[in-house]
Amino acid sequence: MNRGSALRGTRFGRLAWRRGGVMLLVLAGSAMLPTPERLAAQDLTRGKAVYDRWCAGCHGETGAGDGEAMTYMLPRPRDFTRAVYQVRTTATGGLPTDADLMRVVDEGMPGTTMPGWRTRLSEPERRDVVAYIKSFSRFFEGETPTPLEFGKAPRVTAEGLAEGERWYRELECFKCHGDAGRGDGSSAPTLTDDWDQPIRAADLTRAWNFNGGASVEQVYRRLQTGLDGTPMPSFSDAVEGEILTAEQLWRVAQWVHSLSPERPAVREVIRAPRLEGAIPAGPGDSAWAAIPPAWVPLVGQIVIKPRWFAPRVDGLWVRAAHDGQTLAVLIAWSDPSRSPDAAWQEWIERVAGALTDADGPVPTTQGPDRLHVQFPLRPPEGLERPYFLGGDPRRPTYQWQWTSVPDAVQEGRGTGLGAFTAVPTTAVRHAAEFGDGEWRVQFTRSLLTADTAAAPAFPVGEAVPMAFYAADGSDGEDERRGAVSAWYAIYLDVPTPPRVYVAPVLAVLVTAGLGGLVVVRAQRRARST
Amino acid sequence: MRAAWLVIGTMTAVGCGGGGEQAASGGGESATQATLAPLGTGTISGMVMFTGTAPANPAIDMREEPHCAAMYGGQPTDPVVVVKDGHLANVFVRVTGGLPAGPYPRPAAAPKVDQVGCLYHPRVLGVMTGQALTIANSDSLLHNIKAVPTTNRGFNVSQPRAGMTREHVFNQAEIMVPLECNVHGWMKAYVGVVDHPYFAVSSESGTFSIGGLPPGTYQLEAWHERFGTKTGEVTIGADGKGTVSFTYAATS
Repeated sequence: MNRGSALRGTRFGRLAWRRGGVMLLVLAGSAMLPTPERLAAQDLTRGKAVYDRWCAGCHGETGAGDGEAMTYMLPRPRDFTRAVYQVRTTATGGLPTDADLMRVVDEGMPGTTMPGWRTRLSEPERRDVVAYIKSFSRFFEGETPTPLEFGKAPRVTAEGLAEGERWYRELECFKCHGDAGRGDGSSAPTLTDDWDQPIRAADLTRAWNFNGGASVEQVYRRLQTGLDGTPMPSFSDAVEGEILTAEQLWRVAQWVHSLSPERPAVREVIRAPRLEGAIPAGPGDSAWAAIPPAWVPLVGQIVIKPRWFAPRVDGLWVRAAHDGQTLAVLIAWSDPSRSPDAAWQEWIERVAGALTDADGPVPTTQGPDRLHVQFPLRPPEGLERPYFLGGDPRRPTYQWQWTSVPDAVQEGRGTGLGAFTAVPTTAVRHAAEFGDGEWRVQFTRSLLTADTAAAPAFPVGEAVPMAFYAADGSDGEDERRGAVSAWYAIYLDVPTPPRVYVAPVLAVLVTAGLGGLVVVRAQRRARST
Repeated sequence: MRAAWLVIGTMTAVGCGGGGEQAASGGGESATQATLAPLGTGTISGMVMFTGTAPANPAIDMREEPHCAAMYGGQPTDPVVVVKDGHLANVFVRVTGGLPAGPYPRPAAAPKVDQVGCLYHPRVLGVMTGQALTIANSDSLLHNIKAVPTTNRGFNVSQPRAGMTREHVFNQAEIMVPLECNVHGWMKAYVGVVDHPYFAVSSESGTFSIGGLPPGTYQLEAWHERFGTKTGEVTIGADGKGTVSFTYAATS
């Protein structure tokens, strides 16, 4: 009856009521007739079809998170049988709501191998698969989880951010997330999830990798609910126990949010402005602050065996500058360990245990951290560039290969990943600094070299292809297991030529002169008539 | 939430084999359970023995927590295996068979686990389903307490200050529910959740005692985090006494 009365208010409703009110009631009645069990059964059949096709490869046919691809991934795919979910709007230990599960299916889990399915599956398909996922655990039977009330964020103020930072330290968030938030706290190497697999403390300077979303509201929810199944606890007891107020917890969320830029736009060209003064002397030189960094995202090397699906380094901040004689490139990236580091030994062993894939055993001895920068050895003809993974025999690369131990850079010729021949040129110099979970490595090289066959010149005013490779030695990474970029380009700005300043002045003078001439002539003509 | 408790409670009752509506109270306080008379006055007196050389306990690197490290004379170790004069402590023993039908009274002692010196005290303890377990922090630093059960629902809460407490109720019998702290990866405790009150943990002298039982023959199971489970049987005679012992060996 309610349905009918609601409809009567609308024009369509009035019409429908008059002509077919009875029929409408019958329809409404029959739509309610099927029992929930029957509807659920239909959902489950369709959900199972979607699941088996798209999800089982990672999450396993029985939902135990043990699909074929399991040992290539870190963190591993979710085991649905325990119904333990990270991203929820419910209290710790609670079940997620359908909306919580739907959100993860839609958006994926940033920073993991779980993609978002919003554009790949239809809405009913996603809804059905959520119903099916729930059927893997008895915990959902008869349960309707209730979301918590989170309230509203206070307005962001400078004092508020300072208070947020104070509470970040009071609550000892740094124990895992580190002093500067890069996931390099003293407990970080020991962290495991509920399945005893190694798990990384979130790098708070990379909000786009936050599993539960990057907004202040989402960060606050994670503080309230915790990320169940991970070491991240709920801080709701601290609020309820009046250790801090909800507003102060909001301040923590706001401060955490302030540690990360928005997801940076990726530009293909890294600009190296020409400096009037000296080029920066090292990574700590304040002159770098004036040069905006370019974000270069990296992905796991999954082309050549051994493939690596769980890279530690997800991107580099690249700055460059030159003075007409010398090029300086500063590359900074998050890495929680200065490898090798004894504190991370148990971590690498756990990683090796988790990623026991068919591509061969993961090393359990820590190598150095690595950063490789490559350029085409010979100027590319047209759009042809060397193979992005270190080059190829026909089109070799010119590389700078830096390692943390020994802290050294080698120059040489690359013909593929791991195929590198050092050459004894000493054109490139470097300086590396590590602190607060970040490497900052500056390379410096003269634009021209004595031996251009081994170390090509950097032309000014031309885009030179440039690509990157990074590895964390404490994470089982080496010369092949690591993170790679596609080809980018570096462009050394042309010095502003003098004619740029002279030409307008000349134009003005000439115009004025000509104008004057016309006026003078006209006056003469007027006088003579 | 009340509906949720009822559902879990009902499942508990079924799991108990008709163990009684008391268990069905779930998280809610049950007056009847708290005031139930004991089933009997007999007591099982037990001893857990250990033969061979106990393995050395792992050293704990507490340098990051000077507050905790200062509580130990020398190098702190993780008390995985506590053996004294051939007796093994921290063995969880419970009755697994021979019990009369319930309902069962709730244990007199309120179970509590405290965090002191970056270790759990006690390391092994038991609670009855539906009974509140108190988790307290006596350290003036951050601990998180994560329960990682499989049959029950877990949780993960932070206690950044000394004096904080939390109560938690497990509704399903489960041997054992691990508690862990991720800030201090070495911290481990084990909670045995039993749907009756007939359980105990061996002391440093290896002794344990389970009271309130009528005469009869009972099956027992002992659990140790390192050496696993053992089963035993004991008969409480007309005098109300029964004795039992378990022996763990270094090689097992």
